[in-house]
Amino acid sequence: MSAITLKVNGRAHTVDVDPATPLLFVLSDDLEQRGPKFGCGLGQCGACTVIANGRAIRSCTTTVQTVAGAEITTLDGLGTPEKPHPLQQAFIDEQAAQCGFCLSGVILTAKAFLDQNPKATEREIRQALAGVLCRCFTHTRMLRAINTYAQQGRNA
Amino acid sequence: MRMTADAAAGLARAGFSRRAFLRGSGALVVGFTLGDVAGPLGSTSLAGAQTPPDRRTQLDSWIAIAADGTVTAYTGKCELGQGLYTAQMQLVAEELSVPLARVRLVQCDTGVTPDEGTTSGAQSHPANFRNENLALAGATAREALVRLASARLGVPADQLVASDGRVAMRTDRSRSVGYGELVGGKRFDLPLDPEAKRKPHGEWTVLGTPVARVDIPSLVTARVQYVHNMRVPGMVHGAVVRPPTIGAALAGVDESSVSGMPGFIKVVTRKNFVGVVAQKPWQALQIAAKLKTTWTPGPALPDQRRYYDYLRTRPTQDTIWVDSGDVDAKLAGAATVLKSTYYHPYQMHASLGSSCAVADVQGRTTTVWAATQNVYGLRGNLARVLDVTPGDVHVVFTRGSGCYGINGVDAVSFDAALLSQAVGKPVRVQLTRRDEMAWENYGVPFVIDQRVGLDAQGTIIAWDYESWTATRGGRIGNANTGNIVTGVLLGYQPPAFAPSAAKPTDQPFNDSNHAPAYVTGCVGGMCDGKGTIAGERAIARRTESEFFTGPLRAPNQLQNTFAHESFMDEIAAHAKADPVAYRLRHLREQRLIDVVAAAAKAARWEPRPAPRAGNRRTGIASGRGFASVAMEAGIYTNGWIAMAVDVEVNQDTGVVIVKRLFMAHDSGPISNPNGLRNQLEGAALQGMSRALSEEVTWDAQKITSVDWRSYPIPSLGTEMPVIETVLIDRPGENATGAGETASAPIGAAIGNAIFDATGVRLRQIPFTPARVKEALAARRT
Ligand code: FES
Ligand code: FES
Repeated sequence: MSAITLKVNGRAHTVDVDPATPLLFVLSDDLEQRGPKFGCGLGQCGACTVIANGRAIRSCTTTVQTVAGAEITTLDGLGTPEKPHPLQQAFIDEQAAQCGFCLSGVILTAKAFLDQNPKATEREIRQALAGVLCRCFTHTRMLRAINTYAQQGRNA
Repeated sequence: MRMTADAAAGLARAGFSRRAFLRGSGALVVGFTLGDVAGPLGSTSLAGAQTPPDRRTQLDSWIAIAADGTVTAYTGKCELGQGLYTAQMQLVAEELSVPLARVRLVQCDTGVTPDEGTTSGAQSHPANFRNENLALAGATAREALVRLASARLGVPADQLVASDGRVAMRTDRSRSVGYGELVGGKRFDLPLDPEAKRKPHGEWTVLGTPVARVDIPSLVTARVQYVHNMRVPGMVHGAVVRPPTIGAALAGVDESSVSGMPGFIKVVTRKNFVGVVAQKPWQALQIAAKLKTTWTPGPALPDQRRYYDYLRTRPTQDTIWVDSGDVDAKLAGAATVLKSTYYHPYQMHASLGSSCAVADVQGRTTTVWAATQNVYGLRGNLARVLDVTPGDVHVVFTRGSGCYGINGVDAVSFDAALLSQAVGKPVRVQLTRRDEMAWENYGVPFVIDQRVGLDAQGTIIAWDYESWTATRGGRIGNANTGNIVTGVLLGYQPPAFAPSAAKPTDQPFNDSNHAPAYVTGCVGGMCDGKGTIAGERAIARRTESEFFTGPLRAPNQLQNTFAHESFMDEIAAHAKADPVAYRLRHLREQRLIDVVAAAAKAARWEPRPAPRAGNRRTGIASGRGFASVAMEAGIYTNGWIAMAVDVEVNQDTGVVIVKRLFMAHDSGPISNPNGLRNQLEGAALQGMSRALSEEVTWDAQKITSVDWRSYPIPSLGTEMPVIETVLIDRPGENATGAGETASAPIGAAIGNAIFDATGVRLRQIPFTPARVKEALAARRT
C-alpha cells in the first residue's frame, strides 16, 4: 500500500492503494467515478477509457502509479446533464446510445483524438476508434455525432 | 425503485423499514427526493399509494396519482438499453393526458411493480402497448378520473375531457378539476377495465412522436448508476473461480494459498461453486486468480471441426411444425428438386460489460440489485439457492450492460448472494471477461437441410425442412435453477433430456419460424402461413447441448431465417428470376408483401436475376442481396421486416463490407419512431456482426472464445453501412415487437449479396474472410 495522489476532473485525491492496482479500480471504486467501466479488463474494448494528460488511455491496463500526478478526465468530468460538453451534446442530439456501457470508450477516445487532430477527416476519425467496441452496435449514430462535433470545431 | 443508503437510513430513523414503507399504508402519499439520484432512471420522487404488487388486474398496482398531480406508473418491463423506459413514459402520459414531465416510472422491483415475467423476446411492446397491462391501466385510470370529475363537477361524463392533468368541461374549460384533487394520495380501488377505451391513435400527441430518451443526457455524462457502480455501506467484493473445463468437479481447495493476501476475507465453497471475498475488487480478482484449486475433468467435448455431422448423430426430441402429408409425392413428381444445407454456430450475447450484481443477505432478509430480465423469477431462484422463502428476497432491477437475451446476470446474482450469505455483508461481484464468455447461455447452433420441388414454370410446389439444434438449460423461470452455470455448480440440474420421436406440434403453427413464410402453414384446419406453397413439411430435431444455451436475440428465428432466405435466393437464381419478384410470387400475406415492396422501393431495386452479369473474378466485386421475414412468436406474428443490402467483396482478402442497408419495418402502431430506428439499426448491425464474424469455439475440454480477440466483433473503426429505414405505421393494428426483427434476415441478405457479387453461395455462418476466400477458391472458373 502507498499513498498516491491523483488529479481527477480537476480535483486532487489521495488514495492509499497497492501501486500496481489498475487505475480503473481506483477510479470506479475508491473515487466512485461512474464513467470508466470494467468491460474486459484486457485492454480490448475501451469501456474503461479516461483521458490522462490529453491522451485516451485504457484504465484497466494502466497501473495507478504510472498516472500519479497526471491530469485525468473521466466521462463524469467532461460535462453535466445540464451543461454537457459539445461532444456529449452531439450524442444527445443524435440519440446515440442504447445501453450506454461503451460511452467512455467512444466519447473520450474521439475527444482526445480530435483535440490533437482537429482537422481529421471522417475516415481518420473512424480509424482512431478502431478497437473501441459497442456491443449494442450504435455505431452509425455515434459516428454521426462525432463527425457533427468535429465539423463544429472546424467551423469555429 | 432504488434507494440510496442515506435515504434508507433516513427512513429507518423515522421508524420505517424500506419495504414496509413501499408497501405503504394505502391512503398516505409521501413525496420526497432521493439524495443521490442516478439520472432519470434511478431518480424517483416517490409518490405512491402502494398496493399489493401481485394483483395485475388492479389499477392501483399500475398507477398512483399524488396530491400534486404527479402520476407514478409501475411497470414490469425494464430498460435494457432498448429505450423502453421513455416509450412507457410516453404511453402513460398519453393515456392519462398528462405532460411527460409529470410522469414517474418505477420499473421491475419485486414487491413494488407488477410481475410481468421476463423483459425479452421483443415482447414488451406487445405486452404493455396493447389493450392490456400498462396501456389498459392508463385508459382505465383516465376513465375513472373522468367519472370522479363528473361527480365532483356535476357534469355528465360525456361532456368532460381529460387533458394536461385535469378533467374539464368541453364547452367551458374553466370548469375543471386536477387529477391530484380527484384522487391525490388515495387508491382507485378498481380493477383494470377491459372495456376501457384507449385514446384513439389520431389524438396522440406524445405517443407516436420521437420523444428523446430521458436517460441519454445522464448516460453520456456518466450520471447513471449502473449496478456496476452500486456502492452500499459495508459492501465488500467477491470473485468466482469457475471450473477450468466443462463438467469438471471440484476435488480440492487450498485456502492457505491466498489467506495471507491483502484484503482477504473468505473462501466460499459449496459443491462445485467456489468464490472468494475481499475488501476491494482488485484484491478479489487477484485472490481468485491465485487460489489453488484442483478439479476432476469432465468428459471430452465433441470435435468442433466435425460438430455439425456429430449433431445429426445425436438422440433427438422432434417436433413436426407442419406436414401436408404429400411432400414426398410432390417432390417425386416435381420438374426440378433443389436441396441445400445451412449451418449456424453457437453464438454468444457477449455483453460489453461483464455481468455484475450486488447482494445483501442479512439473516434471511435478502436484497439483490441486478440487471436481470425477470426480477420475480430471480427472486424465486435466489430463495431456493439461499434456502429462504421468496418473501424474504427483494430483487431490484438496476441498470446494466445491454444483454440481448440471457447473459451472465442471473448467474452472477446467485454468485453475489452466496458470497454475501457466507460473510454476512453486502457483496458486489462482477464476472471476468472469461467467466462471462465461457459460461453464458449461448445462442443455439443449427444444421438445416432443405429441399424444394419446382413445377415446369419454376414455381415452388413443395418445401421440406429438417433441422438439428442443441439446447441445455435456458431461462431460470421461477425454479429452473439448474438452467445456468451457478445453479449447476450448486448441484441443480437442467430438466432431463428425453429423446422422443417426431410428433405433430401441439403449439401454434410455426413458432420461431421453422417453416418458411412461403408455405400455407395449414395445421388443424387453419392456414396461418404467409405464402402459397401447399406442399409443406417442417421437422425440427432438438439434441442435448454440451454447453448452456438460452435465448439470444431472435432465437431460432435468426438461424431459420438465414436458411430460408438464403435458400429462397438459391431457388430464384436457379429459376433465373429476380429474387424480390420471386418472393412476391410465393407470398399471400399483405403485411409481409408490403415490407418487401417498401424495402425494394427504398433500395431502388431493379429486377434481374442473380448473380450480376460481368462481375470481375479478382479484386472488389459488388452485389446486392435481399431478405425478409415475418417473426413468428407463438400465437402471433411479432413484427415484419424486409431489407436489401449492397456489399463489396474483396476477392483477394475475402473481406466483406456492407455498404448500404435499406430496411422496411412494420411493428404495428409506432410508439417512438426515433427509438424504433435506433433499435432497428442496432439489431441489424449486431446481426451483421453475427453473420460476418461471430462463432463460439472450443477445444477438447473447454470454451476457447473467451475474450474479444477470440470472439471478435466489428469495432467503431469498422466501416458500417449507410442505413435507410422505412417505418410503416399501422394505427389500427396491435403493437408488435421491434427489438429482434432486424437481426434475423441480415445474414441471408449479406450471403445473397455475396452470391450476387461473386456467384459463390455461402451456407455457413460466419462469413469470415478465410471462409469467403476458401469458397471463392473453389469457384469454377
Ligand atoms: S475494460 Fe479496459 S479495455 Fe475493456
Ligand atoms: S450502447 Fe450498449 S454497448 Fe454501446
